[in-house]
Amino acid sequence: MRIQRSLALLLAALIAATACSGATTGPGPAASAAVTLTDGKVVIGVINDQSGVYADLSGKNAVEAVNMAIADFKAKYGDNALGGPIEVITADHKNDPALASSKATEFYERSSADVILDVPTSSAALAIAKVANDEKKLYINITGATTDLTGPSCNKYTFHYAYDTYMLAQGTGTAVVAAGGKQWYIIYPNYAFGQDMNKSFSAAVTASGGTVIASDGSPFPNQTGDFSSLLLKAGQLKPQILGAMQAGGDLQNVVKQYNQFKLADQGVKLAVGLLFDTDITALGLDALAGVQYTTPWIWNEDAAATAFADKFLAKTKIRPTFAHAGNYSATMQYLEAIRRSGSDDALAVVKALEGYKFNDFFIHNGTIRPEDHWVMHDAFLAQVKSKAESKEAFDYSKIVSTISADKASRPLAETGCNMPK
Amino acid sequence: MDYLAVQLFNGLANGSFYALLSLGLAVIFGMMRIVNFAHGAFYMLGAFIAYFLLQQAGVGFWPALVIAPLVIAVAGMFLERVFLRRLAGLDPLYGFLFTFGLTLVIQDGMRLRFGVQGQPYSAPAELSGTVLLGAVSYPTYRLFVVAFCLVASIAVWFVIERTRLGMAVRAATERADLTRALGVDVDRWITPMFGFGLGLAALAGVLAAPMRNVSPLMGSELIILTFAVVVIGGMGSIAGAIVAGFLVGVLSSVGAIFDPAVEGIVVFALMAVLLLVRPSGLFGSIETR
Repeated sequence: MRIQRSLALLLAALIAATACSGATTGPGPAASAAVTLTDGKVVIGVINDQSGVYADLSGKNAVEAVNMAIADFKAKYGDNALGGPIEVITADHKNDPALASSKATEFYERSSADVILDVPTSSAALAIAKVANDEKKLYINITGATTDLTGPSCNKYTFHYAYDTYMLAQGTGTAVVAAGGKQWYIIYPNYAFGQDMNKSFSAAVTASGGTVIASDGSPFPNQTGDFSSLLLKAGQLKPQILGAMQAGGDLQNVVKQYNQFKLADQGVKLAVGLLFDTDITALGLDALAGVQYTTPWIWNEDAAATAFADKFLAKTKIRPTFAHAGNYSATMQYLEAIRRSGSDDALAVVKALEGYKFNDFFIHNGTIRPEDHWVMHDAFLAQVKSKAESKEAFDYSKIVSTISADKASRPLAETGCNMPK
Repeated sequence: MDYLAVQLFNGLANGSFYALLSLGLAVIFGMMRIVNFAHGAFYMLGAFIAYFLLQQAGVGFWPALVIAPLVIAVAGMFLERVFLRRLAGLDPLYGFLFTFGLTLVIQDGMRLRFGVQGQPYSAPAELSGTVLLGAVSYPTYRLFVVAFCLVASIAVWFVIERTRLGMAVRAATERADLTRALGVDVDRWITPMFGFGLGLAALAGVLAAPMRNVSPLMGSELIILTFAVVVIGGMGSIAGAIVAGFLVGVLSSVGAIFDPAVEGIVVFALMAVLLLVRPSGLFGSIETR
């Protein structure tokens, strides 16, 4: 049923695209003669969760962000800036690595996608990185968090934008230990992302002088929505910090039940590994006020970010999460790279991206590391505001400190990436 | 040891939801021979009605505990009159398909409006504290849920197994034709019983709102487990649904002490073993088809 629907959508998109390309062959603004497209068009595939626990933090609105980037790119350089149409195709991977893998293959082979973007759910992201390498086509990961993408699973065609578990651990883990939270009990969702978070946070906590007294995995997906056994254990262990590495809906359950067990009153403070604005919406500011977390971006961090957030709000009725902003930024940088290299050939674009230094409303002090394709950039330690501090809808967080790009990035020696030449 | 004891309470709290949900399923299945796939969706709607009442009208948890089940019960009776009635006597597959389709419509409709992220809802102030159980402080709200569900389950069991009204309902379940011949208007009971079953689902939804993520997907995540509970208890058995609900809750929670992953496995392992040893379930009779 679902497959038929997405096929129908795909077909509709293709028909619409063909119709559009017919329309744009007229005498448009001076095409940049320098760009030659391998198949006469640029096709951007967005694969993400459009129906499950991560659908709100990325999902359809991430596709909207990609479309906004394309519109802005055309506004800047003209409709025919790349000498052909720029198309967007999208699919729902339902957080299933096998489905993600087959969709990616379909996109690269049948829909001649030039790049795949987004891909929340680390296990799905790793699956697509492998397909990208086999197909020799680009994959720019934005919402997947695992460091393996730039570690053992790194490859020539895969880039890691926005954030990873190292950045989150480096920011939150180090800051919390420095503030006196030395004893940790870590709970994590038991799949690629959670395991990686556990590893990264344990390392960061230990390195900054803290100890992890225990860590436990919770089932993913957690059908019962119940975390009481882990929270009870936290009440027994009495660590200073309960490090919750769950994301999205799981995290919301953890926080709700953490508050119910009144662990804070027993001296067990909560540290959150990954927090999206959508989680704060779901829990309310009261449930999270004061919690510190690491994020690559918040929508009202500066004027440029707010300008994007305003446009996004007008289109989607919500403020963008950093995943949405990251999709916009990555799309823009990808199109710019095609323009610079004069081709949408994967290897040519890889070359244009490697070592590139840039700044935009999302990425500050960005450098694309050629050795492992990690996009180095500044991150922020943020704190959830109290209700009194929040001035408008979606005004959730303030920045505590900036984590410089080199501190937020895993040292090259530790990546374990053996980039093929 | 404290840990184990308190974990038992966690099990009972989780079991409360299984019990209430599977009780509703058992009532509906017993009366109409319909496997109500939409049960999870009505559980979710129950939670959302509570959320709406608070958000739009400032109506708190206690009134919601009454209003939401009533609203859903009325909606259920309407549904039975307009749609399900037409499926009576047809292959059970039709009822299954209809309720499954209904689930998709309700769930995706809610998703269109709310997305998949949860909505905030907190426990009433008088229940938001903790109680000291031995050396461990335990959320008052969970104790309330356990007590409330026990009372509600026993009340339902009493009405159906021990009163005249229940007798008529049970007779209609066992042999509708004979019951009719004895002058009991069987059809009169079908509509209210369906509404009642759904009302129980909505009740569970309201109870879940303060401790679970209130999102359009909350029902679909729980419903599979609930079906397993119904099979364990014996299809259509009231007592079976209650006992199996609490049993599965407790066993999963105790299992989780050894490994968190066990929590999800216990219910299915139990179901598999039971199907081998006693296919009609803990309390099911052989005749129950």
